[in-house]
Amino acid sequence: MSAKQTKKKSAETAVKEKKQIAVKLIPIYIMGKRYEVPEGLTIMKAMEYVGYILIRGCGCRGGTCGACGTVYRKPGDYKLQVALACQKTVESDMYIAQVPFFPANRALYDFTELTAAPEEVFKLYPELFRCVACNACTKACPQGIEVMDAISALKQGNIAEAARLSFDCIQCGLCTSRCFGELAQYHMFQLARRIYGARIVPQAEHLAAMIKAVNEGKYDRFLDELKQTKEDELKKLYQEREVEPMTAGEDWKPKDTKYL
Amino acid sequence: MSYLGYPDFFEPYIKKVEGTRPARVEKRKKGEEFPFMSLEERQDMLKYHPDYKEEGRREIKVGPSKGYRIAHEFVDLLEARSRVDPDKIDLSRVDYETDVLVIGGGGAATIAALIAEKNGARVLMATKLRNGDANTMMAEGGIQAASKRTKDSPYYHYLDVLGGGHFKNDPDIVAAFVKQAPDALQWLESLGVMFSKFPDGRLGTMHGGGTCRKRMHYCADLSGMEIMRTVRDEARNRPNIKVLEFSPAVELILNEQGQCAGAMLYNMETEEYLVAKAKAVILATGGAGRLHVQGFMTTNHYGATADGVVLGYRAGVPLSFLHTVQYHPTGVVFPEQIEGWLITERFRSEGSDILNVHGEKFVNEREPRDVEAARFIKECLDGNGVPTPTGKVGIWLDSPMLDILHGEGRVRTAFVGKWKVYNRLGIDISKAPMLVYPTLHYQNGGLKDNAECETAVPGLYVAGEVTGGLHGENRLMGNSLMDLVVFGRIAGRNAAVFTREKAKEGKLTLKHVKAYLKELKEAGVITDRVAPMLLPDYTTPEVKEKQLTVSYLGSLR
Repeated sequence: MSAKQTKKKSAETAVKEKKQIAVKLIPIYIMGKRYEVPEGLTIMKAMEYVGYILIRGCGCRGGTCGACGTVYRKPGDYKLQVALACQKTVESDMYIAQVPFFPANRALYDFTELTAAPEEVFKLYPELFRCVACNACTKACPQGIEVMDAISALKQGNIAEAARLSFDCIQCGLCTSRCFGELAQYHMFQLARRIYGARIVPQAEHLAAMIKAVNEGKYDRFLDELKQTKEDELKKLYQEREVEPMTAGEDWKPKDTKYL
Repeated sequence: MSYLGYPDFFEPYIKKVEGTRPARVEKRKKGEEFPFMSLEERQDMLKYHPDYKEEGRREIKVGPSKGYRIAHEFVDLLEARSRVDPDKIDLSRVDYETDVLVIGGGGAATIAALIAEKNGARVLMATKLRNGDANTMMAEGGIQAASKRTKDSPYYHYLDVLGGGHFKNDPDIVAAFVKQAPDALQWLESLGVMFSKFPDGRLGTMHGGGTCRKRMHYCADLSGMEIMRTVRDEARNRPNIKVLEFSPAVELILNEQGQCAGAMLYNMETEEYLVAKAKAVILATGGAGRLHVQGFMTTNHYGATADGVVLGYRAGVPLSFLHTVQYHPTGVVFPEQIEGWLITERFRSEGSDILNVHGEKFVNEREPRDVEAARFIKECLDGNGVPTPTGKVGIWLDSPMLDILHGEGRVRTAFVGKWKVYNRLGIDISKAPMLVYPTLHYQNGGLKDNAECETAVPGLYVAGEVTGGLHGENRLMGNSLMDLVVFGRIAGRNAAVFTREKAKEGKLTLKHVKAYLKELKEAGVITDRVAPMLLPDYTTPEVKEKQLTVSYLGSLR
């Protein structure tokens, strides 16, 4: 069986079979041009169904990379809707346009020199204060992030709050495309998260202690031994190794401490 | 009509899950687990794994690993023509010149670029899609490192990696990996990666399949995304890292001394082939899920088409462990819009049961991934799978248990990414279970290298999913993210050193490509296939039969 034959049956290309099962076709308008596509497809799969080969506007196909930001409108509705093409199921009469890229100002900085002071953010992104709190950014977020609230937090110098609120930002840029104040919110949030992760949250002391032990060569002998150990003996060591119970708390300690 | 957001069809099946749930939760609370399989039982179970299907693979007829039996989909790419006629390329016309050329745009590539630059090299990154469009971005579960001396050490991490990989792993690579993992983790912390932590800064850790200590660190359920966007942000700050997007490499270029000295790049938008000259090259092109091996659905991103394996193999790098591919046990099988989508192992780590059509447990949910996946396939073959209205079959993952075990809201906060996507489809996974089936997830093997990321070709370094050896025949959860950090850093450093100490100036050549094509011809391989594939083709047959342009010359295809 060649790859070509197997691939035909693959999940992604089974649209043909799908057509036989769910025959209902609905009209959509890709950049104004009408096509009929099977109900239930995502916008991305619908575009591929009609023959598009995507180079831009397609990345992880799982809703995390931000490559496929898409805007659409329905006839008779003034409201502009947003979606990720890989996540949103097609609806009748959608007028669809992808926004695979949107220019956005990103500040350059030497991260090692940044502190947790709010002024750092103000200095790098003075346009932060151009925000007029219109909330268009929040409405444009396919992730449902409270974008404006996170910007407000930044304006108030609350970097931690901005970092938390924006944690699942996929940096698609749709907020930026709609911003009246011309902010690049997602770049500001990235900065906030990095400052939060490295300067506000305490660093892990136990990790530093482990690195010290590694650097002192504490585990070299054990690892050298393991590298020389034959497969049968390794299997025995593996099966006999003590397994931390699922329900164990942070203070759990193994009985055998020789290799710690 | 629907039941908890699922079509009515599922109502009786979901009710069975709900029926057995209270008793199962009680068992969990008491710490009672479904017994693990013995090593013998695991070995026996693996005959249900797709890797063990002999008709799924064939011997490759040419190249440094001639005679090696791997999946047809890989062989098809390796027994294919070049995208360009090497005789038509004028290598004296150099379009880009740099110290280190990094091929790839994911975690390993970006980290390698950062460290090469830090070591004084000018870096050019050639990426197929955007920088960050990669499997790294999609990794959810976490990142392994022994970070707590009170209970863990690189010794135990080593044993776990080997147990997962069926004890076939490359010992030197594993030892380097477990030893450098803690430092790599701290490096990420210093860059500002938002790890899930206790208020005092202690890192949250949990189990993954095949771990003997809780050593999985995580950033909610978006670990890979958080790591990827942080290192990418750092790369954007560095003046000596240039990124060339939508410009994948299609061949490696060597010089007359036999060193790797650049690559042919293809601008996918203008369709030009361009020459990039470098003093060292790092190949970090990631995996191969989009080959849809044996017709399986995949969790991988759009560009995961094994390009690096093709490039490296043609240049003379042997393959290692490519006979195994990883099927993640839990890919979504319904609803169809998100079919193939990965459901992180952490749902199981935190205590969600795996259930058959009767709402009964049949496997411990923390077996190594290949064993777990094989067990799911067996359960379905035995007729105990859950049917779907789309004619497929799946296994339940009982996520609502987590709200009961850890407190209301647990699913929504700890798995915010998953919760949102399901919620958009009308399903609240803190109330309803998820229907899953194994999905093509990871290329366990790849190009052969050593613990210094060196290959058979001097000046060519490899890192991340494109390599083979660390994971042996099966990777454990959380070791791919750490793989790309540890070895991305090593590759970056060594490539930079190579440019200073070992790189020689010499005439550029594609002789190795010509020799490879000749070998193909002599082996009787006559084919229209070209490789690397670059992007998968999801055009429907109906559209294809109407694409009748007689030739591809001119402005329109």
